Formats: sequence, C-alpha cells, structure tokens
Amino acid sequence: MKKLSFLSALCGAAMGFGAVASANAATTLEAVKAKGFVQCGVSQGLPGFSNADDSGKWTGLDVDLCRAVAAAVFGDAEKVKYSPLSAKQRFTALSSGEIDILSRNTTWTMTRDTQLGLNFAGVNYYDGQGMMVPTALGVKSATELDGANICTNTGTTTELNITDYFRTNGMSFNLVAFEKADEVVAAYDAGRCDVYTTDRSGLAAQRGKLTQPDSHVVLPEIISKEPLGPVVRQGDDQWFNIVRWSLNAMINAEELGISSSNVNMKKFQSKLAPSVARLIGKEGKFGEELGLSNDWAYNIIMQVGNYGESYEKHVGLNTPLKLARGVNSLWSKGGILYAAPIR
Amino acid sequence: MTRKVIKAAPKKTTMKKAIPSDIDTQAGYVRIEDAPLLPPPPSEVGVTGWLYKNIFASMSDFGSVSAALKSVFVAASTLFILYFLVTQISGLLDFAIFSAVWSDPEGLKRQACWTVEQGGALPNGWHAACWPFIEAKAKFIFYGAYPNDDLWRVNLTYALGGFMLAWVMIERLPYRKIVGILLLTVYPVMATVLLTGGAFSISTGTIGGATILGLALITIGRLGKAGYVSGAFGDLALVAGVCGWLVILFAAVLAVFAIDFDLEAIDTRDWGGLLITLVVAITGIVASLPLGILLALGRRSEMPVARFLCTVFIEFWRGVPLITVLFMASVMLPLFMPEGVNFDMLLRALIGVTLFSAAYMAEVVRGGLQAIDKGQYEGADAVGLSYWQSMRLIILPQALTHVIPGIVNTFIGLFKDTALVSIVGIFDLLGAAQSTLADAAWSTPVQGLTGYLVVAVIFFVFCFGMSRYSMFMERKLNRSHKS
Repeated sequence: MKKLSFLSALCGAAMGFGAVASANAATTLEAVKAKGFVQCGVSQGLPGFSNADDSGKWTGLDVDLCRAVAAAVFGDAEKVKYSPLSAKQRFTALSSGEIDILSRNTTWTMTRDTQLGLNFAGVNYYDGQGMMVPTALGVKSATELDGANICTNTGTTTELNITDYFRTNGMSFNLVAFEKADEVVAAYDAGRCDVYTTDRSGLAAQRGKLTQPDSHVVLPEIISKEPLGPVVRQGDDQWFNIVRWSLNAMINAEELGISSSNVNMKKFQSKLAPSVARLIGKEGKFGEELGLSNDWAYNIIMQVGNYGESYEKHVGLNTPLKLARGVNSLWSKGGILYAAPIR
Repeated sequence: MTRKVIKAAPKKTTMKKAIPSDIDTQAGYVRIEDAPLLPPPPSEVGVTGWLYKNIFASMSDFGSVSAALKSVFVAASTLFILYFLVTQISGLLDFAIFSAVWSDPEGLKRQACWTVEQGGALPNGWHAACWPFIEAKAKFIFYGAYPNDDLWRVNLTYALGGFMLAWVMIERLPYRKIVGILLLTVYPVMATVLLTGGAFSISTGTIGGATILGLALITIGRLGKAGYVSGAFGDLALVAGVCGWLVILFAAVLAVFAIDFDLEAIDTRDWGGLLITLVVAITGIVASLPLGILLALGRRSEMPVARFLCTVFIEFWRGVPLITVLFMASVMLPLFMPEGVNFDMLLRALIGVTLFSAAYMAEVVRGGLQAIDKGQYEGADAVGLSYWQSMRLIILPQALTHVIPGIVNTFIGLFKDTALVSIVGIFDLLGAAQSTLADAAWSTPVQGLTGYLVVAVIFFVFCFGMSRYSMFMERKLNRSHKS
C-alpha cells in the first residue's frame, strides 16, 4: 500500500498535478490538535488578504480565516503558523500535508476542485478582473477600448481573460505583459499603455503606486469571475466542515448583528433569538458535532470578529485598499454573501 | 616545479668619482662641483603633474594626424565618462540623500511620501527615497518574522561570529588557529542552538548508540594500528578508526542539540530577511569548499569507482539550474516522504544550495590541481609521503592559492544566488524586501525603488567585502606573480 501511494505520488507529481497523498492515519483535526497549531498557507505578500505588517505579523482577510479556524479548534486565534507560498507551490504544499489550510486568494475553478485532490471550503471574497484607465482618456466603458495597449502580468489567467474579452467583443488590442506587478504598474504609470488590468482587489492595492492616483478610473466592466476561498485536502470531511463552518459562522454573525464588541454581552443575556443562541453555543450541540467545543463560534467572533469587521479592517473603505463591499455584501444588503444557517 | 629566478643583484657602485690626479683641477673648464639641483618641472610633480601624467598626457599629442585623432578621441570619451558619472552620481545622491524623506514624525505612513497630486505635502514631480518606509520595515528586512523578544539571539549569533572571524583574520592576535577551529566546529552548533532554540527531540538511545558505534570503530582502528588485523583489512581498520572519531563528534553534537537550554523554539519559517541570506550563504560557503576539494580530488583519483561517482555527481549538479534544484527540494521531496514526515524547508534549501555550489567549487579546485606540475606529485612520492600527506602538504596549498580568484568568484556567486530561495517561499533578503513592497499602507511610486536600493547596497557591501579580502589574501600569499 505504501509503495503504491509512493508510486501514485510520483506519477501525479510527474504529470504536474499535486498528487493525492496516502489516506491519513490520523484525521487532520487530530493531527492539528496534537501539534498545537494550525499551519496556514498564505501568499508571499498580498495587501489586505495576507501580508506581513511592520512587525512581521501576518494580517489580512485570508489570514483571518485561518485565525478563525484556530479560534474554533483551540479557542485561541493566535495558534496559527504561516507558510508563505508561491503560486506554483501552493497546491503541492497542501496535498503533501505541509499545511492544513490553503488560504491564499485562490480562485475556485472546476479544474482545481476536481483534478487536484482538493476541496474548496467556501468563498471568502468574490473578486473579478477589472480594468483601470487614466481619466484623461475619457473612456467610460470597456467597449470603447478598441485598439488599446494593455498592461498585464505574464502567464496568469488575467492575460487569458482579457484576450477572450476583446475577441468576444470584436476589438483589437495590443498586450504589454510583464513578470512582476511592480513593473506593470511602472509601465502603466509611465504611459506605455492605456489600460491596466488585473483583479479588482489588485487594482485597488496598486493604485497607491501611481504618481497621480486620483486621475485614474476603474471601468465598470468585470470580465471574469474570481471566487477566492480557502482550500483543504480532499478526503477529510470533518476538517472540511470545520473550515467551511468557521467561514459560515463569521458571515452568519454579521447577518445576526453579532460582533466582537457585543458577543460577550449576548453570552450573558437570558433572552436571545434562537438563531443567536445556537450560534454562540448556548443552545444545541453544534460544536460537538464538528468535533469541537460548543463555544467554537463564540471564540471566532470574540477573537477574530464577524465577516464585516474583518472586511472593514483589512480591505474596507478605511484601509489603503478602499474597496467598497459591492458583491461582497450580505445577501440581505444587495450582495451575494449567503451562508447556510446554523440549525 | 617552481623555477627559481635568480636575480643578479646589481652591485651598487659608489657614485663619488675620484678625480684623476693628473688633471689640473685649477683649469677653468673642469667642473669640480655638482650642478645645483633644480626643482622638477611642474609637469612632473604635484596635482598638475599627476593630472598631466594620468589624464592629459594621453590627449595632448598632436604630432601627427593619427596621434591628434587619438588625442581628440581620448579627450571626448573622458569628457563623456565624466559627464555620465557626474549626472548619475548626483542623481543617485539626490535620490538617496538630498531630496529623500527622512522621517515620519506624525506616523502618516505613505502620506509622508506623497506629492500634492497624490494628497500629500511634497511638491509635484518629487521623486526620491522614502526612508521612513525602510525604517518601519527594517525589522522584517533584517530578521523576517523572528519574534521581537528573541532578536538578541540573532544579534548574539552575529556578534560571536563576527568577533571570531575578525580574530582569525587579524594577523597579530595569538591563538588564531584555535579560534579558527572553534569557529568551524563549536560555533555552528552554538549558532544552531541559539537560532532555533535547540532542545530537539533526539532520544538518548540514538546518542548512546552513536557513542557505542564510535567507540567500537575506534577500537577497531586501534587494533589495526597495533597490527592485530590481517593485511588486506589493515587499511580498512585505520579508516574505521577515523570514522569512529567522526561518529563520536556527531554524537556529541546530537547530545548538545538535545539539551534544553530553556530557549523558546523558533520555527525556521519565522526566519527571514538578511538572517536567511547569511545562514544560506555562510553554510553554503563553509560546506562547499571542503566538499568541493574532496570531489575534485575524487575526479582526478586513479580509483575508477570514485572517479566515476565524483564525475557523475559534479556533472549532474552542474547540469541542472539552481532554481530546478530548489523547486525539486520544495515541491517534489514532500510528495516522496511518508505522510506527516516533514523535512524543514530551510534545511532542504540549504542542502540543495550546498551540493550545487560544491560541484562548481570542485571544478575550480580541479583547475588548480591541473596547474600543478607533475614533478610536484612525483617529488612528494619520492620523499615517501602518503597520498593524503602529499595532498595536504604539497599539492593543495599550491593548487588552492592558484585559484583564490575562482574560489571567491564561486562564493560571491553563491551569495547572490541565495536570492533564488525566495521562489520556494523562503523570505531571503530580496524576498522579504519584495514582500514589504506589497504593503498597501506604504504604497507610493517610490516604494519599490527605495526597497531595491537598500537590498542592492546590502548585497554590494557583502560581495565587495569578500572581493577585497580575497585580494588581500592573494597579496599575502604573493600569487599574483607581480612582486
């Protein structure tokens, strides 16, 4: 059996896919509890999502998800260790068991979900590819961009998406591609191209690097769907559920109006809406069914906050990214965030 | 064979000339006093003299058409280079010093480096370094995510290493050999314990087993020396004796690693910045030289198996790019390991970098070995030295001094190659700096330039230092054949 799994790993790796590692002797939850921390795969620095702050501490929306899982498992959001991963490394690191969760602005696509032996546990940010143009160009819509020079990164899906979009609309264009994001921004700022395209969160993050940030405008068109979410290994449903429900708990908490500032108060209130009581563990045994303690969600809200808090803290309007909630609002507020209820 | 050039030392003849007695010294046409010493012409001394000799002499010959053309060409290129240097250097100084923003007393972060157009206070078109950004990120660029409370451990490691290295390099100090040996044996163990926290879970059984194995091997060695082991196995017994000491040393290192010094364990994932660059570079440099020497000797060995193995090893590692090696180590290796067995990422990179540079080092050393005259080998054999004795006493000292430039070249190349570890998710100096560039709280148009400038300066200081030291060594060993 061991030999077989070794061979399959070899074949899988040789084909360029992360291979399915042999069936776990212990579940991920047991392994995580035994080592005392959650090993979380993050990016090598993406503002707002996973980025080391001035003291080297990891912060961001993706980081908060790992902290939430740690809070649910250990009751302590600080019990996380981070592995900064390059885009090429990320899936192998997960399938080889080096990390427990991959929370690294990873787009959920069918190929990744079905072919890599991985599962996406949800969506914590709905992104999409956007385009930025100088205001001076006077362009109001992407359909007016016939013949434009377009700056983007090489070898990413953004290159593919923009090509598809211009072909579909029968427009000609000229692609100017660079290896690093910094180079793309510099070229766009120097006027080498008319359009800068990448994920909208990326556009927001890079805007600050322009000489005149206010004289550029992001066009309304979103030309691709980029649902970003946490990834776990396939074949461990318990761990998959823990990650999925940690995210759901954060979204539900926002919907129910529970935040880190009032969750303690709620804990001692005798009269609570049943949905709130279930969420913070005063009713039912939802935590135990996940293999955790019943105050799992209380710990998440107390230590990490609800989804809205996390969003505003890392990518919201008061941060350098200044991203409006948009589609990432709750379903009840015109967005598409819709978490299954806890009951 | 070193040919001895015997210089005919010119005999100094006395310059005082005796005046022959048969000459009438009173005659008016005989000069009996030396002419007064005139000052040298102004074109030979002082600033003007220097300038003339070194700069203007080459452009003031208009004797013929071709000489005039050459003079004009030299003058024009001198002016061009001068202009280029002045504009570039003044631009750099202006960017880095004169126009730069030095402080951010109000904690405005990126706003401190914004122009009016961007919403800040600096004049439009301002383009210079934003040092508060580096100040805020200095800890990350130098130490990565190493915990703040434990930075003293890194600093102590640096201080100890720097102190010992300086001791070995300053020639007037006593006990340099002892300090050198400590630097290569005790210091790495100490540094490992200090940086990681030590207290590795090594069972007493492993240490005990290694000790017993070592003692057994030493005993065999002793028996062999005393002649108790029959002929053909005699040499093997001696080798066993040497291996025994190595095993004992290894057991001692393990024992030290197992001791709990009450230091907090710090995962290598939290290391970063200059710390990683130095750890990777120094380990690679220190380990690759002896490995490379062994490989080079192996490749020139007369034992076919050893020669074949060394050749294959060298050609394999020279044939793959370092990026591939690192990528294999970080992506493929974990897939081959049983679930749950995780080999430290930094250790993987260290091994990859070391083996890679050892292969290059081997070829440099081989070049030196080939430059040694055959007579040296034969001479060593003739006085009855064993293979290792002749290598240690005759061949290697000459071969290595010949190839100092090549060795240092490899070292400097290795130092700069450490930047590649950032592609496998280890934050070296460059990787750490690049990751700070992603921080939107500091994003300005000059953020990238400032960050890269710092990295360039740090790399330059280290590489230039190595280069100067190698020149000093060459002069000291007098290998440049200039004398």
